[in-house]
Amino acid sequence: MIRVFIADDETPARERLKELLQDIAGELPNVVAGEAANGVEALERLPGSSAQVLLLDIRMPGMDGLELARHVATLDDAPAVVFVTAHDKHAVEAFDLNALDYLLKPVRAARLAAALKKAASGGAPRRESLARAADGPREYLSVAERNRIVLVPVRDIVFLRAEQKYVTVRTRSREHLIEESLIALEREFSGADLPYPFVRIHRNCLVARAAIRGFERTGGGEEEAHWQVVIDGLPERLPVSRRQWPTVRELIADK
Amino acid sequence: MPSIRQNAYPDLLPDFRNLAVMARVLVGVNAVALAGTLYATPTLGAALDRFVFVAAFLEPLLLVELMALFAVSPWLARLPYAFGCAAIVGVVCVLAGVYHGAVRSVTHEAMPSLGRTLVLALLMAGTLLAYFRLHTKAFSPALAEARLQALQARIRPHFLFNSLNAVLALIRRDPKRAERTLEDLADLFRTLMADQRQFVRLADEIALLERYSEIEQLRLGDRLRVIWELDAAPSDALLPPMVLQPLLENAVYHGVEPGTGVGEVLVRIERRGERVHAAIENPFLEAGNQRTGNRMALDNIRERLALFFDAEARLETRVANGRYRVEIEIPYRRA
Repeated sequence: MIRVFIADDETPARERLKELLQDIAGELPNVVAGEAANGVEALERLPGSSAQVLLLDIRMPGMDGLELARHVATLDDAPAVVFVTAHDKHAVEAFDLNALDYLLKPVRAARLAAALKKAASGGAPRRESLARAADGPREYLSVAERNRIVLVPVRDIVFLRAEQKYVTVRTRSREHLIEESLIALEREFSGADLPYPFVRIHRNCLVARAAIRGFERTGGGEEEAHWQVVIDGLPERLPVSRRQWPTVRELIADK
Repeated sequence: MPSIRQNAYPDLLPDFRNLAVMARVLVGVNAVALAGTLYATPTLGAALDRFVFVAAFLEPLLLVELMALFAVSPWLARLPYAFGCAAIVGVVCVLAGVYHGAVRSVTHEAMPSLGRTLVLALLMAGTLLAYFRLHTKAFSPALAEARLQALQARIRPHFLFNSLNAVLALIRRDPKRAERTLEDLADLFRTLMADQRQFVRLADEIALLERYSEIEQLRLGDRLRVIWELDAAPSDALLPPMVLQPLLENAVYHGVEPGTGVGEVLVRIERRGERVHAAIENPFLEAGNQRTGNRMALDNIRERLALFFDAEARLETRVANGRYRVEIEIPYRRA
């Protein structure tokens, strides 16, 4: 019995998938473990559903299917993912390139059965493949907490700081730990044309450009003098490394 | 087999009720008059003096002729091209002759002969007609192109496949509604594949908008709310096909689909004096990417409006109070 979760923003599209699942139930026993109409809703309901396969629409409001899949992949017992799309040339090319499974709408029963069989035996997609298939930065970072996913909107993040195995995600109100590499995060979020760009100020730290209020010079005497970032609304000061200082100063001068 | 020859387009007489056509006539005639005086006089200063004198004779005649052509324009449009040209040249020459006589009876200045005036009028009218013919010809491939563009820009595959999928979902549960939706889709595609060079009645374009919104409603359910303000819409007005539907489609695609809540779309069409005014408004969503994602469709519509109305059509977009708004204004022409 394969447990299937359906995420699609259009009601008729979900109805259609349920009909098809019923049609193939003889050949491939299955049950609908849950459904959701957008990404955020899916992330709330998915962990408790013990779904094995997620049928996932790509174009959804709030958070698109590709980003949703990346967050789902952080779950311990992450389901396999089969993307469903009406027409999205760009995404389909990316799927082919990264060996991700997808179905085209309108979906045929035979294709659905084949995809479910393959997915149920194949397991969850690799996070790296999903990251490569995505065409832009995520809107959220996800933190897996006791088998549930906490989403942190990227626009709320003040800084990201690497400490040993983890990266601390600091918002104005909280701190989270995520298991990602700072280098990959920098690659994803430092583009100047992004809505919420980050800048590297130190080997271990990325700061949201919008959160920088100014700089303070500190030290002197015994200690070597260096610059610190003053952050809007937070008492913490973040040291800027000597190596990064010219780049940071230039960026801020542009601002 | 349908022909792809570009001269499949019939020659059309210029529309003398179009401001751009009038402007071209005024500029053309005056440019020729200026060139003539420059040629006939030795210095620039003398030429300008001479031109002022010539213009005093020329301008009233030109305006009277344009007014006469404006008045008979609808009647001219019904004539075959060659007869129409003859009629225009006839009107111009007769008026020039009468005007010549009238000026001669009130002025003591030495007047050029009637024959010279008539030949000049004849040459000028002929030249301008030839110019307008070439001008239309130059646009003919553009018109063929416009048709293709309209087709390509309009069938958003995303919409087609999602609609078919929605109909499939309906077939077992609500066969009647499935039937209706397929009929709506058929109408939509019939219009898409129709000749994009002919004007359509506003009433038909509105019916198309309603069909289209029915289909979107089926897919999006409560998330889409369309408000129609059509009481003052002149149903007999003529407009190019597929101008409003793409705008409504954009409104849904950029303003409703990317949002999680209810998206309200407003469609208002009304007559304001001799102009028809249409506005389509939707929530402006950051995720909708409307400012950039929209541009191609808007450019396409703007080009087609220019082909049909020259400089007399207007298309503007605006973002205010979290709403995105497209406005179109075209001259009011009756069927």
